[in-house]
Amino acid sequence: MPSSDDPAFTVETGPDGQVLRFVGGLVVASLGALERPLARFRPEARAVRLDVSEVERMDTAGAFVVDALARRLEAEGVAVEIVPGAEARADLFATVRRSRPEAEGEEEPPSGFLPWLRDVGEETVRMLGVLAGLLGFFGLTLATIGRTALRPRRLRAAALVHQMQETGFNAVPIVSLMGFLIGVVLAFQGSVQLRQFGAEVFVVDLIAISILRELGIMLTAIIVAGRSGSAFTASIGSMKVREEIDAMRTLGLDPMEVLVLPRVLALAIMLPILGFVANVMGLLGGALMSWVELGISPAMFLTRLQDNTDVWHLGVGMIKAPVFAVVIATVACWQGFQVGGSSESVGQRTTAAVVQAIFLVIAIDALFSVFFAEIGV
Amino acid sequence: MDGAPERSAAAAGGTREAVIEVRGLVNRFGPQVVHEGLDLDVFRGEVLGIVGGSGTGKSVLLRTIVGLNRPAAGSIRVLGVDVANASDEARREVEKRWGVAFQDGALFSSLTVLQNVMAPMREHLRLSHDLMKALGELKISMVGLPPLACGKFPSELSGGMRKRAALARALALDPEIVFLDEPTAGLDPIGAAAYDDLIGELQASLGLTVFMVTHDLDSLHAICDRIAVLAERKVLTSGTMAEMLEVDHPWVREYFHGPRARAAQAD
Repeated sequence: MPSSDDPAFTVETGPDGQVLRFVGGLVVASLGALERPLARFRPEARAVRLDVSEVERMDTAGAFVVDALARRLEAEGVAVEIVPGAEARADLFATVRRSRPEAEGEEEPPSGFLPWLRDVGEETVRMLGVLAGLLGFFGLTLATIGRTALRPRRLRAAALVHQMQETGFNAVPIVSLMGFLIGVVLAFQGSVQLRQFGAEVFVVDLIAISILRELGIMLTAIIVAGRSGSAFTASIGSMKVREEIDAMRTLGLDPMEVLVLPRVLALAIMLPILGFVANVMGLLGGALMSWVELGISPAMFLTRLQDNTDVWHLGVGMIKAPVFAVVIATVACWQGFQVGGSSESVGQRTTAAVVQAIFLVIAIDALFSVFFAEIGV
Repeated sequence: MDGAPERSAAAAGGTREAVIEVRGLVNRFGPQVVHEGLDLDVFRGEVLGIVGGSGTGKSVLLRTIVGLNRPAAGSIRVLGVDVANASDEARREVEKRWGVAFQDGALFSSLTVLQNVMAPMREHLRLSHDLMKALGELKISMVGLPPLACGKFPSELSGGMRKRAALARALALDPEIVFLDEPTAGLDPIGAAAYDDLIGELQASLGLTVFMVTHDLDSLHAICDRIAVLAERKVLTSGTMAEMLEVDHPWVREYFHGPRARAAQAD
């Protein structure tokens, strides 16, 4: 068995040159022991014979190592002869020699200021390409929506409802819990600060405005981006890997219509609903915590909410929801279509989709804030 | 045992050493019985072709022998090791002595072809990086891929090249047994013939034992020393091509005497 017969070699110097006599098993599993001594070997004669006829077993790796030594010695101007012994072994040498890879000089990657500048330029162009591609895909999505609006019969109702259930209905528990906890946290933190000024009752305004205007919708959008955005990219991406999308095209099915439209519409319908659920749960959590912490009774909370909080705060939040939904769905589907041939690319694209969607949600939210502040709502 | 000084010498004749012994194998998936009392011997240095209709469990047999599928009953000895019940260590030892090339390559998509071939060496051997790289390049060139393919990723290769790269990875540790699952399926006839030649040539010069699941009648003619027919949940019959032609079983007759078979025999 292997390991009992580690390979070794002896050097004999005779009148007609040196002889390297190999013994043991010249096989890949035990070659490590031979590597260093062979690399250190320096010929002391003009002719060297490499004798492997007493080797017990030999495989291609063993033959390669002996052959590589022969080539090295020849390059140093030594006449080399390999004594293979059995005929099968000579065949092995022939096979190895025939498919000996060509030695090729590897280029050192250049370093310095200019290559760095080139990398920066390439990255910039790539980012612009990403932006252009995303914008183009967004346009394509809008065109598909427009086309479908003219012929509503082409809408895939079953797919739409399925996606609404997946992205909307199934997300209700997590979104409710998130909203409730945000309300609790706001009420608790707010009460500690406001009590210093004896303005405990303003905690109602604090909770209502921050949840309705900003947090409820934005945090829902972030959860949905992580939950449904990744699912969109992964499912479309794996279909791309298995050429299902190509098959769809050859069957005259438009992937935009079959895959993208139901997802975008489902999210555009469900995200406002989920946002509303989060808002309600947030207020509920806030009211509960205000009661426990500050003794503001639910009835008082409600009165204060109705008297002091303009309904526009809710409006400002809800207007953003469909925009976030379309952005998340578009980015996620687009990344799905960008998946290359490998399964690893699905993972990369899914990560990219979630990161880009969350980034865009926050950036657009900032733009909305500025816009609403300017028009004074 | 390894007293045999040269691997290919053992194939020449005398008492043949069975490197794979399958006895009374039973494979079941739920109510569906795939194998029942299946016996099979694969001898050192031969090329065995496994044929059978769709769903007769050819790939399941291969997966069971290499330990990817746990049989319901029966024993499987590969190179003297009971693969189903061996300790982890014994299994790892025997895994180093076989190579498997899956139907669609199953190359690691995040690694280049060269890294794919080097992967088993990194895992099991203690060699310098340069030597592993040189051996990897040797294997890649042995299976007939151009040196340019070394740096490519599997997704950038054609189906035929992927199959060759998978063979190179299977040969990375210079195994004694190579398992091939439909090696020529999906290749053009020229590519398939070249692949057949390659297997035959490697088998002859390296003294490999080849276990091949195939439907390619040309491959069966060209390189298989023996053919085993899977039907009725067991190995129905096995023997040389000439013996297959004599078998009096409807499916076997249909398979080896059909129009495609006649065309394959004509060359």
